[in-house]
Amino acid sequence: MNADTLLVLLYVLVLASFVGFELISKVPPTLHTPLMSGSNAISGITIVGAIVASGPQDWSVAKWLGIAALLLATLNVVGGYVVTDRMLQMFKKKKK
Amino acid sequence: MFEKDLLIKIAYLVASVLFIMGIKMLGKTSTARKGNILSAVAMFIAVAVTLLDSQVLSLTEILITILIGSILGTIAARRVEMTAMPEMVAILNGFGGASSVLVATSEYWRMAHNSALTMEAIMIITVVISVIIGAVTLTGSFVAFGKLKGIISGRAIMFSGQHALNAILFLAAIALSVMVVLEPNAEVYMIGVIVIALLLGILTVIPIGGADMPVVISLLNSYSGIAAAATGFVLNNQVLIIAGALVGSSGIILTQIMCKAMNRSLANVLLGGFGQTKAGVTNESGEEIVVKEVGVEETAMLFDSASSVIIVPGYGMAVAQAQHIVRELTEILEKRGTTVKFAIHPVAGRMPGHMNVLLAEANIPYDKLVEMDQINDEFANTDIALIIGANDVVNPAARTNPGSPIYGMPVLNADKARTVIVCKRSMNAGYAGIENELFGYPNCLMLFGDAKSSMTKVVSELKESVTA
Repeated sequence: MNADTLLVLLYVLVLASFVGFELISKVPPTLHTPLMSGSNAISGITIVGAIVASGPQDWSVAKWLGIAALLLATLNVVGGYVVTDRMLQMFKKKKK
Repeated sequence: MFEKDLLIKIAYLVASVLFIMGIKMLGKTSTARKGNILSAVAMFIAVAVTLLDSQVLSLTEILITILIGSILGTIAARRVEMTAMPEMVAILNGFGGASSVLVATSEYWRMAHNSALTMEAIMIITVVISVIIGAVTLTGSFVAFGKLKGIISGRAIMFSGQHALNAILFLAAIALSVMVVLEPNAEVYMIGVIVIALLLGILTVIPIGGADMPVVISLLNSYSGIAAAATGFVLNNQVLIIAGALVGSSGIILTQIMCKAMNRSLANVLLGGFGQTKAGVTNESGEEIVVKEVGVEETAMLFDSASSVIIVPGYGMAVAQAQHIVRELTEILEKRGTTVKFAIHPVAGRMPGHMNVLLAEANIPYDKLVEMDQINDEFANTDIALIIGANDVVNPAARTNPGSPIYGMPVLNADKARTVIVCKRSMNAGYAGIENELFGYPNCLMLFGDAKSSMTKVVSELKESVTA
């Protein structure tokens, strides 16, 4: 990675952080818990890195680490989305 | 091959847009569920195209691992009790942090053991940052999980020289990180960095008292996002950076909201020790608190003649599983024309918004739940404030007693109601470990007993008075 690439990535980081602050600053307290578990699931995006790290055919240390990362990231992603949906379903039901 | 890479990159862009839209929709009650599904779709797209990556040569074990993780994750998410949501979020956070550490370490290992690759300093720095944030998230979340679950004492654990030890470890982590950059092929330094970061995660969460858990959970949530973004730098992958930054900023905002609700600065929370030194102090005036007890029949009579009731629920209500009987009480009172509202303190429960979820589970409509700022002036015109399982959030000492450790914290003015009924198991102090002078107020009546059985008796008394 050279300095130019790093700079581009920093741009992405800074701009995405601003978007995040703008989007989330006005969330009603009712949604704080689902927002947290839902964003928690999003942070499981490292699953993408884990898949790449698990990619090689030979069973090296690097691959074992990747597989372990993949298992934990999958738990994070799937568990997070399912539990968030479960909560939001309850909120929805009671609108009647 | 080139076209496949391009396809993957475009798909990542689509996923990033969907994540942003998803999190935006997650902020409105009417669209929240769709938003969550949208972000799940984004995740699915990101995962699916990554499987096409030219570095991914062995699909079998990857798919098996994903399958196992999905099954376990679904089972856990379906079974978890709503009272245990903070623990669930804490442990999932820990997994996210662990995953970041493992991915960064794996990347490092691959490079360190391939003589054809030279490791650039920038690359190594991103790996080290990713490893440190991930490791702190991992152990910090597990300590928070242990505290919430009661495996580790919920009180602040402090020992002399704690801050000095943290400072030394922090400096050691920096020194070792420099060594990793200078000697990238010597794994011992990298392992040293990981071990110290894991220790720092434990040591920074251990001195934080149980009452501050909403802040800690929000902050660790933010860390898990930052860790994912750092991993994005390691892998030169923008979707990780964007998704990570969104989570990082949402966590920081929630942390700020929680700090404000407790009138504490973030630094104050992180340095810890709250509620520990003060645990031995009784009420500040030095007098013993004399309380007035009330029985269920009398409580029912009070409700019978009340025309307005505000219920202040706390975590204790959820632990006693009293939320369903509370809903029944609400329905009975409303049938008689009594207005019933719920006053929700921002830090009621063990994580931001926890009380709202628990009441939603009991089918209490969310328009009945009123935020602190909106309801605080109404207590003065209310006949009965019923406090179930809450304590510190209604302590008037926060307004009146500058000597109290919670002085300045915004509280619900339940003491202003004409009659205050406190449903509580015993005279034990609240989670913050502070006595509550409200209990000695002349308009305050204590209804001792388990919240669920007390409320059940009150409800049946009320029902009888209808038929009689």
